[in-house]
Amino acid sequence: MILSGHGLTIGYSDRVVGSGLDVALATGEVLALLGPNGGGKTTLLKTLLGLLPPQAGEVRLADRPLASYSSRERARLIAYVPQSHFTTFAFTVEAMVLMGRTAHGNLFSRPNTADRTIAARALERFGIAHLRERPYTMISGGERQLALLARALAQEPQFIVLDEPTASLDFGNQGRVMREIQALKAEGHGVLFTTHDPNHAMRAADRVYLLRQGTRIAEGDTDTILGRGELEALYGASVELITDRDSGRTAFLPG
Amino acid sequence: MLIALAVLIAALLLAFTIGRYPAGLGDLLDLIAAKLAGGTAHVPPAAVDVLLHVRGPRVLAALLVGAALAVAGTAFQGLFRNPLVSPDLLGASSGAALGAVLGIYFSLGVFAIEACAFAGGLAAVGAVYLIGSAMRSRDPILVLVLTGVVIGALLGSGVGLVKYIADPYNQLPAMTFWLLGSLAATTSSDLVPLFGPVAFGILVLVALRWRMNVMSLPDEEARALGVPTGLLRVVIIAAATLVTSASVATAGIIGWIGLVVPHIARTLVGPDFARLLPAAALLGGGFLLAIDTLARTATATEIPLGILTSLVGTPFFIWLLAGMSKTWS
Repeated sequence: MILSGHGLTIGYSDRVVGSGLDVALATGEVLALLGPNGGGKTTLLKTLLGLLPPQAGEVRLADRPLASYSSRERARLIAYVPQSHFTTFAFTVEAMVLMGRTAHGNLFSRPNTADRTIAARALERFGIAHLRERPYTMISGGERQLALLARALAQEPQFIVLDEPTASLDFGNQGRVMREIQALKAEGHGVLFTTHDPNHAMRAADRVYLLRQGTRIAEGDTDTILGRGELEALYGASVELITDRDSGRTAFLPG
Repeated sequence: MLIALAVLIAALLLAFTIGRYPAGLGDLLDLIAAKLAGGTAHVPPAAVDVLLHVRGPRVLAALLVGAALAVAGTAFQGLFRNPLVSPDLLGASSGAALGAVLGIYFSLGVFAIEACAFAGGLAAVGAVYLIGSAMRSRDPILVLVLTGVVIGALLGSGVGLVKYIADPYNQLPAMTFWLLGSLAATTSSDLVPLFGPVAFGILVLVALRWRMNVMSLPDEEARALGVPTGLLRVVIIAAATLVTSASVATAGIIGWIGLVVPHIARTLVGPDFARLLPAAALLGGGFLLAIDTLARTATATEIPLGILTSLVGTPFFIWLLAGMSKTWS
């Protein structure tokens, strides 16, 4: 299955953020969206999620325009993992994950036993089953991010779209989220995420999409696209490339 | 939930057995036993009359109005993701008040007054919501609350104007008493126009209880989870405004229940609407019944309900703000 945008002009009613954007994501692959602040990453993400209509062009999901899906149909195919946040009310972690089952019930239904089993499995999968009864407002930022990942998994989608999944996480949890993204891909999900750290793209993404001031400046395989020159052009700043002598692996440092 | 039920039962027993006429617990139990067994109760006919036809309708009305206001407040707080929102704050009560006062001014019947109150409440909340969401702000909830305050003040002026031009001997006392909130004039014929909308509105909200959980998340998140938020928001506002307006049309303006009771209920059973809505309904009914019993028995003349609930509600609101300011830092 493929989620794709064709000739997209993205933005809000009073402001065009980007134009001429073509992007495609297949199941079983990871695409990272890189670019400076204000470059249109989040706007493109919301457009591909169907939360923001494109001002021109079309988003398609499995050979049908995304706009022709009902919100329920769409939620069964695409899950959204927002940046970890606080909720107004102290729902339990289990309730938050169960909310991922919403699109599988009808307008008046509540999650049933089967839904609870699926939610429990998702909690188990991310190692946070012990937090089940804890209020979502009382757990750490890393735990909240894992709970949101569990919710996306409970949604049983084909695609998972994450908005800066590593922002505000500590070093250890950043690595954890990168590993989980790889695992989600291995299970056949198509994963799209935005990040401020090119190393995270190197680590977890098959392909990268570089977005600057609403324009695509490069797209392709991570290994071929992500180099010092591209990143310097992308961020308008100098970038250092360091190589580990033993493993030969490389990483970028802001200069 | 057990606490809520206990509060309700205690309030019920007190309400039936306290009052000017000495019909006590014994009479009530005798009467219930006789009704259930089909025999004759050894209770004076006057006591039967007091229990069934004077206190009975008033008790039922207090339960319905209290439950309605508490459920409406719970729904609004979830919908606007703000624990400080109440139907009063969004103008439902003041809109309904203007509608009902106009109804009294034009000497309409009970149903017409209720229809005016409903239309007024819906129009006021709709206007507040449209104006609030049309403004692009970094803090939309603050804009919404401020819009509610402003529209509420405007509607208050409208109520003042109608009172100013009303007949000071027949209409004005009725309006004044009504605006302070009272169940004193409740008879069994008031119960039908109250029960219908309240029951329907609460049923709609209970049916949507899981979707309401999801809708207390940020809007884009709720939509990504498959909830048609635009449509449901209108349905929830309409249902909550329906029950609020029906209550206001029967009992006048009774503040604070819609704000205070949802908090107590949330503390007792948590934020899941499946448990929160029934708990709020039970507590709201019990709370208003206790307040109403106090209102008619504490002094020789009845104390208006709105005054009593404010006396209880204001200290609670201040306590709530003090608690929240700790988490703001």
